[in-house]
Amino acid sequence: MSNVTQDTAVRTSTVTRIFIYGLLILFAAYYLMPLFVMIVNSLKPLSEITSGNMMALPEVWTLEPWRQAWSKAQIGIEPTGLKPYFLNSILIVVPAVFISTIVGAMNGYVLTKWRFRGDTLVFGALLFSCFIPFQIVLIPMAVVLGKMGIAGSIPGLVLVHVVYGIGFTTLYYRNYYAVFPTELVRAAQIDGAGFFRIFWRIMLPISGPITVVSVIWQFTNIWNDFLFGASFAGQQQPMTVALNNLVQSSTGVKEYNVHFAGAILAALPTLLVYIVAGRYFVRGLMAGSVKG
Amino acid sequence: MANNVGQDDFQTKLQNWLPKIVLSPSIAAMVVFVYGFIAFTVYMSFSDSKMLPSYDWIGLANYTKLWKLSHWWVSITNLAVFALLYIGICTFLGLSLAILLDQKIRGEGMLRPIYLYPMALSFIVTGTAWKWILDPGIGLENTMHQWGWESFHFDWIKDRNMAIYTVVIAAVWQTSGFVMAMFLAGLRGVDNEILKAAQIDGASNWRLYRRIVIPMLRPAFLSAFVILAHLSVKSYDLIIALTGGGPGRATEVPATFMYSYTFTRNSMGIGAASAVIMLMTIAAIITPYLYAELKEKK
Repeated sequence: MSNVTQDTAVRTSTVTRIFIYGLLILFAAYYLMPLFVMIVNSLKPLSEITSGNMMALPEVWTLEPWRQAWSKAQIGIEPTGLKPYFLNSILIVVPAVFISTIVGAMNGYVLTKWRFRGDTLVFGALLFSCFIPFQIVLIPMAVVLGKMGIAGSIPGLVLVHVVYGIGFTTLYYRNYYAVFPTELVRAAQIDGAGFFRIFWRIMLPISGPITVVSVIWQFTNIWNDFLFGASFAGQQQPMTVALNNLVQSSTGVKEYNVHFAGAILAALPTLLVYIVAGRYFVRGLMAGSVKG
Repeated sequence: MANNVGQDDFQTKLQNWLPKIVLSPSIAAMVVFVYGFIAFTVYMSFSDSKMLPSYDWIGLANYTKLWKLSHWWVSITNLAVFALLYIGICTFLGLSLAILLDQKIRGEGMLRPIYLYPMALSFIVTGTAWKWILDPGIGLENTMHQWGWESFHFDWIKDRNMAIYTVVIAAVWQTSGFVMAMFLAGLRGVDNEILKAAQIDGASNWRLYRRIVIPMLRPAFLSAFVILAHLSVKSYDLIIALTGGGPGRATEVPATFMYSYTFTRNSMGIGAASAVIMLMTIAAIITPYLYAELKEKK
């Protein structure tokens, strides 16, 4: 892969090239348009949206919709804005990402360096769990969370996200560790290093890149989750559910500008991660689909 | 002395067992929360559960009832239409963009992230944005009128027969860049020598791609298909945010059907049956794929 250059051998004429650039820019406009619409309209007073043009820049620039969306908008029955829900999402995401990544790293380490009979089967079974439609677990999960007394709570959601995130994190670390020379592990073993020591001293120091990939993937997935949040959060709803409640609420005037500001607030963390670490984000996406 | 040997023995034994002990919580979680739960839902689908789980066996009654419901037929027809278009358009668009981007484009480093960023957004955000863009009152239709195209008419989102296509529009926007990235990775792996040789033989660009390059992208096609197919069966959030399953029931899909029958219509047995059918659909796509991937790796 490394000696393949960016260019292809295909030759194209100038006219074709102009056409290609035109098309590519057109598509860039298509992908950017919704983001543009969201940003522009979140900075307008409502009257400019209902009587004006969605694509036009604001005549009067205002941050009021953002303030509304953040701390005043009516969500469900309380006029709290999205702030508490943003906090809920953070309280769910941070421990869930942390735990699932550590577990995934240990699993990947065992599955590649301490292989045993049937390890591929275990891995396959774990991998399959990444793809199941979560509707198949909703009913028993509701029962079990209730029995454990953590239904409608943040620890409950953390548990759910950890359980269904392990498959992905294990996949990442397994494929990453698989190409790491096992001889080094065996040599360390002969020198008397134990299971955990080898992990700390040899595997962990080389795990930087894949940890970034895993953290970003888990962060994006869990932050963007709606189904589990809507099913099991009770009053501790995450951001996605709150945003949906805000937008779908049937009472009062539809405050489009507040909805757009709210949507950007909900998208901001993952968007920021994408801007800062886009390279790793793409790698995570690919590793989740094409073989690692 | 003997004691010491015993301790050593225990240590080596522990070292031997440690990997399995470390792995076991994950295996336990998987066995309970994935496969145990699947078994539970399968059992529920054969029970007379209504509002709460019940364990009375009623055989296939839920399934026969399910397949007689017009609501269910609407859901699976919508899923078929959605999946076909979503997979088809995403693949076509993704492949086209990848091929175009692969022509030594200046500014590729800027274009690629622009095509891909929607994947970082949740379906709820995507749905919210497109809900208002497609809304005839304030969105695209209104904009076109403002710009002087008075006869422009676009109210699919309010039209029972067309609403499902708006879901396709929003979903394609969200995922096609990702498909592009997959094909681009595939294209970058194609050996340039082969292309040069074919060009010397006088093959046109079009023939070059159709006969040589695209067939070489088979793994990327396969991965894209599997990912898109399983995403379409699971699609739930986007529909909730964009149309809420409406107008009426016009954009209901199995995922929304399952949720409403299980949690709001007090027909848990039927909801469970629909979930089982969703799982079987995905399993039929995923299992052969995973099997082939894992076998290859050994």
